[in-house]
Amino acid sequence: MEESLVDWSRAQFALTAIYHWLFVPLTLGLGFIIAFMETIYVKTGDVFWKRTTKFWMTLFAINFAIGVATGIIMEFEFGTNWANYSWFVGDIFGAPLAVEGILAFFMESTFFAVMFFGWDKVSRGFHLLSTWLVAIGSNLSALWILVANGWMQFPTGMKFNPDTVRNEMDNFWDVLFSPVAVSKFLHTIASGYIVASLFVVGISAWYLLKKRDTLFAKRSMIVGATFGLITSIFIILTGDESAHQVALKQPVKLAAMEGLYEGREQAGIVAVGALNPKKTLDNEEEVFLFEFEAPYVLSLLGYHDINAFVPGLKDLVYGNEKYNIESAQSKIDKGKIAIEALKNYKEAKRNNDMLKANEYQSILEENMQYFGYGHLKKPEDIVPPIAITFYTFHLMVALGTWFLVLFALLLYFTLKKEIMEYKLLLKSAVFSIPLGYIASEAGWVVAEVGRQPWAIQDLMPVGVAVTNISSTNVQITFFLFAFLFTALLIAEIKIMLKQIKIGPNGGH
Amino acid sequence: MNKCKKFIYMYIDGFKNMTLGKTLWKIVFIKLAVILIFLKYFIHDKTIKTEYITKEEKIDFVYKNITKE
Repeated sequence: MEESLVDWSRAQFALTAIYHWLFVPLTLGLGFIIAFMETIYVKTGDVFWKRTTKFWMTLFAINFAIGVATGIIMEFEFGTNWANYSWFVGDIFGAPLAVEGILAFFMESTFFAVMFFGWDKVSRGFHLLSTWLVAIGSNLSALWILVANGWMQFPTGMKFNPDTVRNEMDNFWDVLFSPVAVSKFLHTIASGYIVASLFVVGISAWYLLKKRDTLFAKRSMIVGATFGLITSIFIILTGDESAHQVALKQPVKLAAMEGLYEGREQAGIVAVGALNPKKTLDNEEEVFLFEFEAPYVLSLLGYHDINAFVPGLKDLVYGNEKYNIESAQSKIDKGKIAIEALKNYKEAKRNNDMLKANEYQSILEENMQYFGYGHLKKPEDIVPPIAITFYTFHLMVALGTWFLVLFALLLYFTLKKEIMEYKLLLKSAVFSIPLGYIASEAGWVVAEVGRQPWAIQDLMPVGVAVTNISSTNVQITFFLFAFLFTALLIAEIKIMLKQIKIGPNGGH
Repeated sequence: MNKCKKFIYMYIDGFKNMTLGKTLWKIVFIKLAVILIFLKYFIHDKTIKTEYITKEEKIDFVYKNITKE
């Protein structure tokens, strides 16, 4: 297998996922914001709220239409570029995606049409119900995708079948309610709500700066900032649970997120810091060029105990007897035993020697949790790119904190003061729209880059997951996608800006 | 039946009266054409599905890859 093929396949998937994730968060959050606004309209009968709902609904539709099908490309790539992976995960990955497809297709397409075409043609109550169902439907779609992703981070509820070389679902509920899947779902949709809230408050702030449609902008600001503030508090709670799950299930990722080379008790979290680029696992260079640390916080976040030992990269790579941490080399050895057992099982089956086959199956089952390690060349291969994981994690946290402050200030000044006098705050709201996307993308990068080299945690490294196809084909599609997605993004921004300039009185 | 008719007309009127929606539909179709036709037939003309027909062939292919045989 060419090294460049693995890298190009990774790059292509990363590109698709990053672009796809530019469209999804707004759909997740704006759907609910529209539903809130329409609920106010139905409750009060005030046509102002109908007009307001229609305006935001138009922007929702632009984003939805442009975003449709980037997800399809990803599913397509599973079959073409990641055939080994797709086969190996079997129905565990396929079932949630199939449910997602059916739900998305029926719920969203039916009620989406009612939401847009049904004004004054269906009853107000049914229209409102449709709007809510579109919002709920898009979030349910996200649920299934994130369940599948959660399984890749923490494979559970399955049994490996050596005859089909597939993982078969053993317990659906274990897959659905895996703590990683649950925390991932809640944290991710909350990030979408924040992106949508920033979008609403940012555009409202722009109207206020332009001194046009001020009542519309102020009321939208109140809805957006309230939703954003509540979600910002919620995302702190889900982030705490996410960090706890990472500490338990993916300790290497946690160590990379914090640039923690040597494990320690009462570990602090780096509030601000710059990694020393010369630092490697096997030298004695300083880890940071500078750092400000909040003491105890990492132990508390990771294990809910300020005295807990947080293993560092060296402990996880080379092992630590005192804390009962197995070395990567020992796991590699067990992985090789698992691979060998699978080969011997197949051979015994071919020879119709069931006694031997059962014996090798037992050895395989005993070591299956280390199967992926058998493909690694050296223990250090379990370490993900540290700098990317560290910086994206800290960027996400810093921006998340800023958003909380921003929503609180916007809400306070809109309700209690004359918000139009606070131009700097309004400008900050406008400039925070792209920051929301950056924070949300950074979260994905932490989750996905931080779990490298694994396509499926501990079971399958990316080098094995990839399909052995021509790397030129993958390169062509990479550039084709880059061009297509960029063109679509430019189209979306242009159409959005045009619609925003027309304003809420332009109809839709 | 009346309700059913009203529902169908809601769609017909909706599509007829679209302004911005027409541009959006064009974008959706262009994108789908690129994904489903161009990529499928010109770039990814060889996949596990096209190369291996039976389940056994597919199993054997993946088995060899994951055991480095």
